[in-house]
Amino acid sequence: MSTQLPEEDRGRTESAEHEAESSVEQEGASKGDQRRADRDAKRQQSVSGAPADVEGESFRLKVFRYDPEVEGKMEPRFDDFAVPREKGMTVLDALIYARDRYDTTLTFRHSCRQAVCGSDALFINGRQRLGCQTQISDLEEPVRVEPLPHQDVVKDLVVDMEHFYDQMHAVEPFFQPDEESEGDLEEYRQTRENREKIKMSTRCIWCGACMSSCNIAAGDNQYLGPAAINKAYRFAMDEREGENMKEHRMNVMDQEHGVWRCQTQFSCTNVCPKDIPLTEHIQELKREAVKQNLKFW
Amino acid sequence: MHEHDVLVIGGGGAGLRAAIAAHEEGADVAIVTKLHPVRSHTGAAEGGINAALREGDDWELHAYDTMKGSDYLGDAPAIETLAQDSPEETIQLENWGMPFSREDDGRVSQRPFGGLSFARTTYAGAETGHHMLHTMYEQVVKRGIQVYDEWYVSNLAVTDHDDPADRECHGVVAYDIKTGQVEGFKARNGVILATGGTGQVYDHTTNAVANTGDGAAMAYRAGVPLEDMEFVQFHPTTLPSTGVLISEGVRGEGGILYNSEGERFMFEHGYANNDGELASRDVVSRAELTEVNAGRGVEDEYVYLDMRHLGEERITDRLENILHLARDFEGVNGLEEPMPVKPGQHYEMGGIETDENGETLIDGLYAAGECACVSVHGSNRLGGNALPELIVFGARAGRHAAGADLGEAEITKGKTGEIEEEDGLDTPVEPGAVEASDDVAADGDEDAVADGGAAVVEPDETVRRTIERERTRIERLMEKDDGIQHAELRDELQQSMTENVNVFRNEENLKDALEDIREVREAYQDVYVNDPSRTFNTDLIHTIETRNLIDLAEAITLGALARDEFRGAHWRQEHQERKDDEWLKHTMLSWNDGSPELWYKPVILEGQDKTYEPKERSY
Repeated sequence: MSTQLPEEDRGRTESAEHEAESSVEQEGASKGDQRRADRDAKRQQSVSGAPADVEGESFRLKVFRYDPEVEGKMEPRFDDFAVPREKGMTVLDALIYARDRYDTTLTFRHSCRQAVCGSDALFINGRQRLGCQTQISDLEEPVRVEPLPHQDVVKDLVVDMEHFYDQMHAVEPFFQPDEESEGDLEEYRQTRENREKIKMSTRCIWCGACMSSCNIAAGDNQYLGPAAINKAYRFAMDEREGENMKEHRMNVMDQEHGVWRCQTQFSCTNVCPKDIPLTEHIQELKREAVKQNLKFW
Repeated sequence: MHEHDVLVIGGGGAGLRAAIAAHEEGADVAIVTKLHPVRSHTGAAEGGINAALREGDDWELHAYDTMKGSDYLGDAPAIETLAQDSPEETIQLENWGMPFSREDDGRVSQRPFGGLSFARTTYAGAETGHHMLHTMYEQVVKRGIQVYDEWYVSNLAVTDHDDPADRECHGVVAYDIKTGQVEGFKARNGVILATGGTGQVYDHTTNAVANTGDGAAMAYRAGVPLEDMEFVQFHPTTLPSTGVLISEGVRGEGGILYNSEGERFMFEHGYANNDGELASRDVVSRAELTEVNAGRGVEDEYVYLDMRHLGEERITDRLENILHLARDFEGVNGLEEPMPVKPGQHYEMGGIETDENGETLIDGLYAAGECACVSVHGSNRLGGNALPELIVFGARAGRHAAGADLGEAEITKGKTGEIEEEDGLDTPVEPGAVEASDDVAADGDEDAVADGGAAVVEPDETVRRTIERERTRIERLMEKDDGIQHAELRDELQQSMTENVNVFRNEENLKDALEDIREVREAYQDVYVNDPSRTFNTDLIHTIETRNLIDLAEAITLGALARDEFRGAHWRQEHQERKDDEWLKHTMLSWNDGSPELWYKPVILEGQDKTYEPKERSY
C-alpha cells in the first residue's frame, strides 16, 4: 500500500531560460509572455503543495496495481491516490488525474470518454461499470477500481479481451440475408416495428461488462455469454435475414453452451451500460428454440 | 517481418471500408490499429450520411451544397466523386445489415441537416456512426480479414530519395502494445493511412483521446504535403464540461438555439435569416461565441439548445442517444430542460494531400477519411458529409491499392502545375525540427544519408532500416530516466491552441501559439518515459503521440497565420473578407526534412459538366 502525493519538483526548466535561448528579439513583454509568466507562477504554486482548500476537497481513489515484469508490481496490490473533487467528475477523469499527476505508469484503456467505445469497462466499487459514465458523486468513498473479474489481467486495470472477442466471433456476427438485394440502390425493406424490436440489441459496444458479471460464463469457458447471444439475437430477429437463416441461427443458439446455460440471474442486464435487456433477449431465444424444435414433431 | 499486399493503418470507418474493398479486389489485406476496431471514434458519430437517394434530389444538388459549404475551397472532382458514389455506398451499408431508422414504407430515413437544400442525411437514430462502424467490422469478421489490434504504428517505411515525389512506401513499423515488441510490416502493394482526426491538439474537443493525428504526422514527416490544415471545424453544439457532441440532428429535427435572454439569436440577431439554426457549422459557432462575447451567454460561457417542443415520442424515436448523453455527461434532462451547448473542436478539414483515388505524393502510400484532404470539405465541412467521405474514399483507396483501375485522377499531387511559393511568412520563431537533421526523440537514428551512407531504396532494406530506427527511438525514450513527461507538454500545447487558434483568430494570438509550440517542441527534446514496462506501456504510446500533436499544431497555426482572409471556418480579426482574387488556393505545407515550407496550389472549380462560380455565402 502506498499513498501518492504531488511530487515536490517536476524538474522543468524555467521558461524564462527558453526565452533567453530563443534567437528571436522580443520587444517588451507581449501578451504571450505575460500568459506564460502567469502559467509558470501557477505551476510553482501547484508543485509547492496544493492549496489548503483543495486538501479538504479531495477523495481517495484505491486502484488495483499489477505488472508481471516490473519489480515491485509483480505482487498485486492497491495504491491510494488523493484526487481533488470536481463537479461532474467521473471515475475515468479521476484515473486520468492520478495517472498524469502522480504516476504515469498507471495503466487502463480509454478513448471516447462518452460511453460508446467500450474501452473502460471496470470493476468499480464491486460492480461492472464504464469509468467514463460513472460519476464520483454517485459512489461511496474510497472509490475502489479493479480490472474486470473473470478475465486475465494484463497490467493494472487492463484485461485480456481475446476470449470475449472469440465468443463474439463464434456466433457468425454478420448479416446473412437469404437473397441478394435487387440492385445497387435498393435497400432491403424493414418495418419500423422490426427495427424497433432489434434496436436495443444493436446498441452493444462490446465492453465486456456483462460477460464479466456472469457467474455461468465464469464457470463455463465455452458458454457463449450474454454479449454474443445478444449479437445473435440482433440478427435472428432482423426480418431482413429470412427464415432459412433464422433456423440456422437458432441451431447455433440451441447448442450445449448456448442459450440453455443461462440461469436468469439478470446480472448481465443489471450491469449493461447501454441498458440492453440481455436476459430477456436470451429467454426469447430459448422460446424460439423450443418452437423450432417442435416443428419437427 | 509480417507481409501483406495491402496494409490499412487504423480500424475506423475509412480503414474498415478500405480493407473490405481491397479484399474484394482479391488482395491479401491486414488492418493494423492501435485500438480494437470497434473502439474507433467513428462509433461516436451521431448525425448521419448525406446521400442523394430520393425523388427530387440528385448528386448534383449534393455537390452544389458541398461546394457552397466549403466556401469554394473544395475541389470539384473530389466533391462530385463524393456526391456520385455516396448513394451506392450508403445502400451498400444497408445491404450489409446496418440498422438504419426507417420510414413507413420500410425504406431508410433521411432528415434535414445544416447547409443542405434537401433532407438527405440518412440516419440510424442519433448513433449512425456506431452502427456504421459495427456493421463494417462485422463484414471484416465475415471475410476473415486479419486485424492486428492494439499495435501502434509509429513510423512509415519510406525510401531515402531526395525528392519526396520519388519516394516509395514499402510498409510500416509497429509496436505491439501488449508485449512491447517492435516489428516490421511489409506491404507489397500499398499502405493506406486511415488514422482519423487530430482533436487532441485542443483541450475542448468532441474527439476521442486516441485522435492524435498519427497518420497525418507520419506522412508529413515522410515528405507528403499537408493541405489546408488551418481549417478546423468547431461544432456548435458540444456539452460545455466535457466536449461531448450533441448531434446536429437535434437542430435538423427542429431544435432551437436561445441566448440567456431567451432570444432565438440566429434569427433575431441576423446571423442566418433564412436557415437559422440550420446554417452551416462555421456560421452557427461564430454566432454563439458572438452572443457570449456580447454578454448574452449563460454563465458567460454557453447558450441553450432546446428540443423540448419536439415531444417525447419524436425525441425518443430519432434522438434518444442525445437524452442519454445530456443526462450522463451534463446532468440535464433534455425532455424537460434546454441543454447547455458551446462550440468545440470537432473535425479537421485539412490533412494528408491525396487525389480522388486516395493516392499521395509518395508511391504506395494512400490516405482516406479524416486524416486525408482530397479536398471535399474545403474550408468548412457540412454536417453529414464525414461519414460518406469515409466510405466513398475508403473504398476507392482500398480498390486502387489492390490494383483496380479507377481511371486517371484529376487532382494533382505535390508541386506540379501552377504552384505558388510563399515568399516569406513573418514568424516569431523558426518552425520545424529543433536540429537541422531530424531529431532523435522523433525519428530514432541519425540520417544514414547525412552520415555519408548510401540512400536506402530497396523494399526489404527500407523496412529493416525503419525497424532499427524505431527500436533505437523507443529504447532511448525508455532508458532515459529523468527529464520532462509528455502529459505536461500535451497539456500546454492543448491550452495554447485552445486559447490562440480557436474560432476567432488574430495575428498576435497566432504568433503566441507559434512561440508556445516552439517552447513545447524544445522541451520535448528532454522527454522521457517513466514506465519501464514492456507490457501495455501507454506512457510510451502517449509520448510518441504527443510528438505528432506538436507537428500538427504547428501546421495548423502556420496555415492560419499565412491565410490573411476570412473563409469558412477560418476567421481573421484583421481580415474580415473572403479574398477570392488572392486566396482561391490550398495552403500546402511540406516538412522538407525539418524545415517546413509553405506553398499553394489552385482550387479546382471545374466540375464534370459545369464550373462552380464563387458566390457570397449566406444562409
